[in-house]
Amino acid sequence: MRIPIVYNVRSLLRRPVSSAMTALGVALVVGVFIAMLALANGFRMALVRTGSRDNVLVLRRGADSELASGIGRDNAAIIAALPQVAAGADGRPLASPEVFTPVSLAGSGGGDDRLVVLRGVSAQAFEVRRNIRIVAGRRFQQGRDEVIVGSAIAPRLANSAVGDTIRFGGRGWLVAGHFSSAGSSFESEVWGENEQLMPVLRGQFFQVVALRLRSEAMYDEVSRVLEDDRRLQVDAHRESEFYASQSRILRVILNFMAVFVTGIMAIGAVFGAVNTMYAAVASRTGEIAVLLTLGFKPRSILASFLVEAAFLSLVGGLAGCLVALPINGLVTSTTNWSSFSTVAFSFLVTPRILLYGLVFAVVMGVLGGYFPARRAARLPVVEAIR
Amino acid sequence: MRYFHLVWANLTRHKRRTVLTTASVAMALFLFASLRSVVTTLRASAAVGSESRMIVQSAKAIVFFLPMSYRERLAAVPGVEAVTWANWFGGFYQEPRNFFATFAADAESYLDMYSSDLELPSDQREAFLRERSACIVGQHLLDRFGWRVGQNVTLQGTIFPGDWTFTIRGAYHAVDPAFSEDAMVIHYEVIYERNPQWVSPGWYVLQLADPSRAPAVAAAVDSTFENSVEPTRTGTERAFNSNFITMWGNVSFLMNTIGMAVVFAILLVAANSMMLSARERTNEVGVLKAVGFTDTHLFGLVMAEASAIALGGAALGLGGAKALYASTGFSAMGFLPGFDVSGGTLALGLGIAVLLALTSGLVPAVAAARLSAVQALRHVE
Repeated sequence: MRIPIVYNVRSLLRRPVSSAMTALGVALVVGVFIAMLALANGFRMALVRTGSRDNVLVLRRGADSELASGIGRDNAAIIAALPQVAAGADGRPLASPEVFTPVSLAGSGGGDDRLVVLRGVSAQAFEVRRNIRIVAGRRFQQGRDEVIVGSAIAPRLANSAVGDTIRFGGRGWLVAGHFSSAGSSFESEVWGENEQLMPVLRGQFFQVVALRLRSEAMYDEVSRVLEDDRRLQVDAHRESEFYASQSRILRVILNFMAVFVTGIMAIGAVFGAVNTMYAAVASRTGEIAVLLTLGFKPRSILASFLVEAAFLSLVGGLAGCLVALPINGLVTSTTNWSSFSTVAFSFLVTPRILLYGLVFAVVMGVLGGYFPARRAARLPVVEAIR
Repeated sequence: MRYFHLVWANLTRHKRRTVLTTASVAMALFLFASLRSVVTTLRASAAVGSESRMIVQSAKAIVFFLPMSYRERLAAVPGVEAVTWANWFGGFYQEPRNFFATFAADAESYLDMYSSDLELPSDQREAFLRERSACIVGQHLLDRFGWRVGQNVTLQGTIFPGDWTFTIRGAYHAVDPAFSEDAMVIHYEVIYERNPQWVSPGWYVLQLADPSRAPAVAAAVDSTFENSVEPTRTGTERAFNSNFITMWGNVSFLMNTIGMAVVFAILLVAANSMMLSARERTNEVGVLKAVGFTDTHLFGLVMAEASAIALGGAALGLGGAKALYASTGFSAMGFLPGFDVSGGTLALGLGIAVLLALTSGLVPAVAAARLSAVQALRHVE
């Protein structure tokens, strides 16, 4: 027969300070755990959202980042003319040969200079990258020294308000507008027209050609055609996968940190739970003996104490979730080492991460409660009831 | 010390609890030492660059190459004693995750420039300089992949495409541990030969005769090239390095916040078990008081017990961190060269342990001191 959970809840409430401290210990571990996963997740999502599945990026063969790539004008024209490329309303191919480079721009408030990605795009770029929205001002005009600034990076740069002039490459560039792109890493970039930016940046090369396919399924076909074309030395990448892969270095570091830090913290918290539960068992020897005498099986006693430990840490886990929730959306920035430039991104707490936190809490509780619970279940009745 | 036995008896009464509490304190301080060492190591590597060397890079960003012709003009700037240059060769060994710093440098002038930072046997130096396809690697990198001097290694280039095979002709030791030993140096000529149409120096390094003239030299250099194809930005090597460190973003804030959370969590655990112990001993406190122990004695006894746990845990955690990182030569795959638990971190950790002893011991100690014998003994059966 099962011992009602109410018994466990009341038992915990009889020792409020000790229960609360144990739960709080678990809460802190879970809070840190969630925060670190949210950090890694936010960074990953910023890069994953950057790509879309029916877009293809063409880079020089072997280049693992846009920075390391280079595609000549003639090759870019061949790539844009592929039959698999979708056409825009005006009948022109939805292809954007882009120049890509980090430049150092003055930080806001007299802060350090920041390396920011400067991307020169074609007029079709706004149809290829469908999630770009102008949130202030307007688009840059073709043939003018104008740029638009991503909404995530704009507050971190000096002279980046609409109407201001940013200086780089020996000239001033009018900030025509700010743009957002659904939280992707494009929001950490500055965009201008490719033909305007190319001469001031890296000479007669594009770094990447972004294409919109007529259908997602044509990716393999395009990939093969580009591979076989003897005139080209390029690789095709699915845009979504490519940008996700760009987060690799930092993601490895963040995940390692999350495991290392919370792993050690968790051991500490489990020890705390073990102590609390042993003390609980010791102070309730009499009660346990009564339960045994009443005919509860040792198995039920074991289950009951495990439930108690799990419940205690679940409460802690819930508190941890609550503590960690406010960091959702907090913007931070770091360097994406694949592009050598600043990426601003937000902590992203998802229901899945919260669930991980709760599961983690319960696992800690059960681990911490097992040995004390076994001790309780094995109490010799006669001795215990004395 | 007269009461040592009494404290010891109390500690060993619940051996399991004492061990677990001490272990969780040790865990916390181990973690604290690890996290703080990330911050101190980053700071140390930000300060590793010399104040008497300057880096000349493109004003646009480090990824832009500078013309070869700048070399002569830089050498002619007053106050500049020597010039060398290098490129970042972004390659990896076998798999992308086997990534490390590789510098394609003008070998002879580069080794001369860094002769005070790198220890390289002279025969290895000569062997490296003689052969264009040779490379030298840091000792740590050599150990990491189990390479031997004389072996060929093939890197896949990312910035400079293709496969590149180099023969290891030497292994250097870094004089300052914060100077990375996870790096490889190859000959600039090799990358230039394969891509002569677009390769030129990534950055120049200048040796100054007098570090105090650094600002004047920087201004002279930058104004020289202001209207050239690639305007430059010049700063001391130290500033250059610390710039890379700040690119990580708010690492110290993150580490410190987590560190605080850890310390606080463990404080709870330790305080909790101290209180559990104290509560169970109400009777004993009564007995001790009845036989003549004063309030001060009892206060001292409980505090001594708390201190023993906190300081024992600190010794294990801090000592363990120090010993572990020193013996394994951990460097986070070269990201944190010279990773070490500093004396300051150990002192701070010890301070936390003392604080922990005070806070976790105080409540039960005061309670024990205040408890009247009569009240305590009322529970005795």
